[in-house]
Amino acid sequence: MTALAPPPPAAPEADAPPPPPPGGRRKLTPYWLLLPAILWLLVFFAVPMFFQASTSVQSGSSGEGYELTWHWANYTDAMSEYAEHFGRSIMYAAAATLLCLVIGYPLAYMIAFRAGRWRNVLLVMVIAPFFTSFLIRTLAWKHILSDGGPLVGALDALHLLDVTATLGMTEDDRLLATPLAVICGLTYNFLPFMILPLYSSLERINPALHEAAQDLYAKPATVFRKVTFPLSLPGVVAGTLLTFIPASGDYINAKLLGSPGEQMIGNAIQRQFLNVRDYPTAAAMSFLLMAAILIIVTVYIRRAGTEELV
Amino acid sequence: MDVFDSLPEPIAKAWERSLTGGKAALSRRRLLAATGAAAGGAALAACGIPASDDGKKKGESKDPDYSKKEKELIFSNWTLYIDVDDKDENKRPTLDRFQKESGIKVKYNEDVNDNVEFFGKIRPQLEAGQSTGRDIICFSDFMAGRLIRHGWAQRLDPKNMPNVVTNMEPRFRNAAHDPGRQYTVPWAGLATVVAYNKKATKGRKVTSVEQLLTDESLKGKAAMLTEMQDTVGMTLLDMGKDCTKFTEDEFDAAVARIQKAVDNKQLRRFTGNDYVEELDKGDIAACLAWAGDVVQMQFENPDIEFVIPQKGYLYATDDLLVPAKARHKANAEALMDFYYDPKNAAELAAWVNYICPVAGAKEELAKIDKELAADPLIIPDEKMIKAGRVFMELDDDAETTYEDKFSKVIGA
Repeated sequence: MTALAPPPPAAPEADAPPPPPPGGRRKLTPYWLLLPAILWLLVFFAVPMFFQASTSVQSGSSGEGYELTWHWANYTDAMSEYAEHFGRSIMYAAAATLLCLVIGYPLAYMIAFRAGRWRNVLLVMVIAPFFTSFLIRTLAWKHILSDGGPLVGALDALHLLDVTATLGMTEDDRLLATPLAVICGLTYNFLPFMILPLYSSLERINPALHEAAQDLYAKPATVFRKVTFPLSLPGVVAGTLLTFIPASGDYINAKLLGSPGEQMIGNAIQRQFLNVRDYPTAAAMSFLLMAAILIIVTVYIRRAGTEELV
Repeated sequence: MDVFDSLPEPIAKAWERSLTGGKAALSRRRLLAATGAAAGGAALAACGIPASDDGKKKGESKDPDYSKKEKELIFSNWTLYIDVDDKDENKRPTLDRFQKESGIKVKYNEDVNDNVEFFGKIRPQLEAGQSTGRDIICFSDFMAGRLIRHGWAQRLDPKNMPNVVTNMEPRFRNAAHDPGRQYTVPWAGLATVVAYNKKATKGRKVTSVEQLLTDESLKGKAAMLTEMQDTVGMTLLDMGKDCTKFTEDEFDAAVARIQKAVDNKQLRRFTGNDYVEELDKGDIAACLAWAGDVVQMQFENPDIEFVIPQKGYLYATDDLLVPAKARHKANAEALMDFYYDPKNAAELAAWVNYICPVAGAKEELAKIDKELAADPLIIPDEKMIKAGRVFMELDDDAETTYEDKFSKVIGA
């Protein structure tokens, strides 16, 4: 999420004349307004990042203690040892993001244009699951996907589980402890992050534009392709980022819904940090994850070519 | 040793023996290791993360105790680990009685959810020599051992705990992580056993770890625990190895055996406490389980069975300790002593259903519930006591090495 929150475009020093004129208290107002955010960022982001960075190049052992030795090999070690986890995390997050888009777009569209007086009720329903904790919501999926449950029974009867099994997404006629379960869990847990920005950018589209397009003999599909979708792109970009970034660092879904073959990089970092107590490797892994996300997001934003995020 | 003056003669003697002659005695090797590490640690501590043995010396210094002036106590425990009133969940009968009898006001927090996470939470304060804001913390034995090694636990005064001295079951007295129980008092014992859902196994009995790892009929329906000690310990026992004392090769062999079961998809998952729901529904047919959970599951689901494997089972304790810089050590000792009165211990055991470490609690428990008193998972019988083993005490480096190898197996 950090990549999303650049400090508001405050007037940097370059613009401001160095000596504030007498009685120029107003010039300082923007800085006072920024102060809480800057302090917040400093204490909860910049300082921890600094310590994390220093930890990531330390070496030693948990018994002897760790010392700053500029041990860059932590990074190459983490990279080679956990390449599989990195790849898996990004793939699962990407799949979940795509699913969120496919599920979320029609819903946001419906709420924005067709819901009428139900609009607010529907929006509350989108957010309602957030009233319970993330953990509880994920645990609930264990009941939904249970081996003996109706969902697995129905999918099995339709032979859909055979199809997903051939694709390597499920195993032995079950859903729990398979890649599909983890991706479903991620999709469900991050869906509102996709729907809300999509809704907010769709809702701003003037319906008169649709009418104008129709007056010019555009078919509904063409209206969507040429008018609605391009105008909703900021929402698509914001939604995909808000889904992809937290999903790639998530570890709860893989932990509760996955088998040993589905563990993501978040699980590995958590384990290295808390159980193995190899703090430098864990810190290096965290930085690698951040770097990977940053690169992917940068390339994506360049390609999507949007300045305005929401 | 003046602290023993108030104790009955034979008990004082026994206690003293265990401190001076037993494992508790500070051997020359241990002393050298401690001072050596402390010297090295001081150099390293200048930058980076301090060594684990760093605090060994300073831990012995006495922290001021404000118990006399401040009649209060802050207690951090696991969730659902103390008796509550049947009608009012906010009432805790034994704890309320303690407060009334002693006049000490207890602030009871259920904020321990995971040993390593809670350790991560309080580590910065302990490292900086600050108070954690807690007077009693309940940690599993291996974690309590880590705090003791770091010098982050306060030595308890047996004079303040006559019940603990007289009533602690003998087998808990000389724990590997705290020889002579100088720093910790067990709150409850935990046995790791094999549990299965007989509906999900279609009536088939699951009696060994071997079956979890290889039985074809359990393929994709067997689970083990994410706790390294439990899973590897039980596998070592199953292989006929001694989990109280094993070599790295033996550890590797056990891990390889588990890895094989992972690779051929025999094992479905590695779980924390969350195996409970899956075993209940039958998604997991058989798994390693903690005895207290099993007892509680059996109340609701008659299909749940447990087995003490013939090759032995693993047991551990959850210990109460007073962290360094805690303000109310004597009050903490008073609480520990209170729970070692067999009557109070029985009341607690009747509710939490874990192994009771207090001698004489069986008779008191029988007055509350005959069935519970006869349950070997709460009051172990001779046979069960004999089959129990404790996982080897590991130093920090060994722990890191073993945890790293184990993490690879569970996929993280």
